[in-house]
Amino acid sequence: MFLTYLERELRRRSKQALVIAVGLGIGIGLVVTVSSASAGVKDAQTKVLHSLYGVGTDATVTQAPSASGFGPQQFGFGGPRPTPGGSFSSTHIRRVPDLVPLRQSRVSQIARLDDVNAATGSLSLTETSVSGTLPDFASGGAPVGAQASGGSGGFHVNVSSTSLVGVEPSSTGVGPLSPGNITKGHYFTTPDQNAHVAIVTTSYASQHNLKVGSTLSLNGTAFQIIGLASIPSSTTDVYLPLNQAQSLAGMSKQVTTIYVSVNSAANVAHVQSEIQKLLPKATVTTTANLAKEVTGSLASATQLVTDLGKWLAVTVLLVAFLIAALFMLTTVSRRVREFGTLKAIGWRTRRIVEQVVGEGLVQGLAGAVLGAILGIVGTEAVSAFAPTLTATVGPSFATSGASAFRTAGGFGGGFANRFANGASRPAGFAARFNNLSHTVLVHLGTSLQGGTLGIAIGLALLGGLLAGAVGSWRAARMRPAEALRQVG
Amino acid sequence: MQDAARLHATREAPMYRLREVSKQFVAHGRTISALNHVSMDIFPGEFLAVQGPTGQGKTTLLTLLGALDRPDTGEVLYQGRDLSKLSDEALTELRARDIGFVFQTFNLIATLNAQENVEAALVPLDIDARDREERASEALAAMGLSSRAQHLPMELSGGQQQRVAIARAIVKEPQVLLADEPTGNLDEETRAEILDVLMALWRERGITLVIVTHDSSVARQASRVVTIRNGMVFAKHDLTARS
Repeated sequence: MFLTYLERELRRRSKQALVIAVGLGIGIGLVVTVSSASAGVKDAQTKVLHSLYGVGTDATVTQAPSASGFGPQQFGFGGPRPTPGGSFSSTHIRRVPDLVPLRQSRVSQIARLDDVNAATGSLSLTETSVSGTLPDFASGGAPVGAQASGGSGGFHVNVSSTSLVGVEPSSTGVGPLSPGNITKGHYFTTPDQNAHVAIVTTSYASQHNLKVGSTLSLNGTAFQIIGLASIPSSTTDVYLPLNQAQSLAGMSKQVTTIYVSVNSAANVAHVQSEIQKLLPKATVTTTANLAKEVTGSLASATQLVTDLGKWLAVTVLLVAFLIAALFMLTTVSRRVREFGTLKAIGWRTRRIVEQVVGEGLVQGLAGAVLGAILGIVGTEAVSAFAPTLTATVGPSFATSGASAFRTAGGFGGGFANRFANGASRPAGFAARFNNLSHTVLVHLGTSLQGGTLGIAIGLALLGGLLAGAVGSWRAARMRPAEALRQVG
Repeated sequence: MQDAARLHATREAPMYRLREVSKQFVAHGRTISALNHVSMDIFPGEFLAVQGPTGQGKTTLLTLLGALDRPDTGEVLYQGRDLSKLSDEALTELRARDIGFVFQTFNLIATLNAQENVEAALVPLDIDARDREERASEALAAMGLSSRAQHLPMELSGGQQQRVAIARAIVKEPQVLLADEPTGNLDEETRAEILDVLMALWRERGITLVIVTHDSSVARQASRVVTIRNGMVFAKHDLTARS
């Protein structure tokens, strides 16, 4: 009788039931879509942060140079001094100037701290090659800075830089590179720490026509490429075993960044504080710090999803709940005669309440199914039509001295300043060396999770239950004599 | 048969005993005295017709007899139990088992067919579905509506709907049947048909029948007639008293 009565009643007022279900469905669909988009934005942000930050990393430790020690680095040509009109060529490997080296022993000290899962050190270096021809002033060559390049007797200079990062081969779960990033070849093995081997990024390999098995010359030493790595938006070109990187830069037992994995997100702040005690001059950056520095359309999307999206979904859901409750209240008011009759023939109030709540729940269930479908469709639509977003880590982050990505753009320092002082630069050079902010493109995907769907279905049922409860409250309060008297 | 039932009634304790029963309502800011110190007895197997002008308290009397409401003052004793002192649950139980209602507007559930409407009266009795179905079918057959069992109320004539309503009222075999203007919405021919059905139930089942009616032809069939005016009951035609 319960199901028959319920089914007949919902069929009788099918339009109204449909409006309630659609209202709940739209609300739930929006919640699912916004949640999925939100999860997608978070994923995108995580990707950006990972590429800037390192795989499995909860905190990085770096040390910025003191103000007095942040002067311009000298850039010598080495070898015989070039004569006017003569050509010159020079290659240097140096640490990134605004990252002060830390003793490698600090890595194990940090690894022993409470709540730290693992720690690993890396050394960020830049190989810079400069070659060109000095102007011959005697034969009327242009003064430095007057001419970008070309022209007889002018100043020709070619500058190229390669970003290198030394990583510990044995650390695979935390650090700037992991086996998961390898698309061809293989990751470093422990014996590789004493071998001249390298892993290059796929973009670098493509630019320089390199593949697994090719040889890469760094400061005159040949390194065999054992793997290609894909790390979206990474600015590192080449990864070397840490020993080899230290050897190339003459920085034995030194690292520039320590990557720390913490056993729980809740303990990150505590570990950050402990590291700060251990290394008072160091900068300890966590994902939370870094996320604040991300600007651009990704940040706008995050803001949009967090603020507008969330409130839009909540508002629509509340309106849907309200509509459902009002409709149910109206329905019960119209059924005064019916419920009065049922009470007159002996139906218990509880039985009538169950009937009304049941009707509300079925409408909620229909809303849940509809909402889940709308949510999935909405999620797919966002995924299909969402624009590519940009994420920028601004100068404020760059100047904080805690940046793994700066290994590419961070050649800056005195070298960039020299060129900034009126010297001519090749196209794109200024952007790379003088602008420390870094922008990456991120596709805004969505991430539909089972938990979200479950919560959405629960919300729809709650909406139905709420509507049923409001209706049944009205029905329960009805006195049979009054109900029948209203009939006339 | 009428006399037999009446004589049977007089030898037993009253089924209902009303003592100084008053009931007031507030409507549009005005207090209306629907029943005013009413005292009367209704005996088992009696057929009581309640007459009177509209709005004088007839339906209020019926709701008190049907345990649908409580008096403001006075007592309504049903088989010795004071209804005004029973809990809502006890009153519901009483309505479920002992009292059958027939309304002027039939009050069938529009979404349920005739069979299901009759079965609805058995739902509170926790009877299993098959037994419920059988008893409802029998009740409908007694009303000559077996062929209409699967019809929705809107597919039935007024007379058929009222017969379904009567089947719903008697399917649980109540002690008393309370009918509020059962022929009020029917044409003359159907009115006679419904009256015949009610009379047959009263005669054959010994059921106590209380009918609120404007219809003098109904009142003529009753063993006793009372009139309500200004909330007070006046004996009009009391066969018991005459006997």
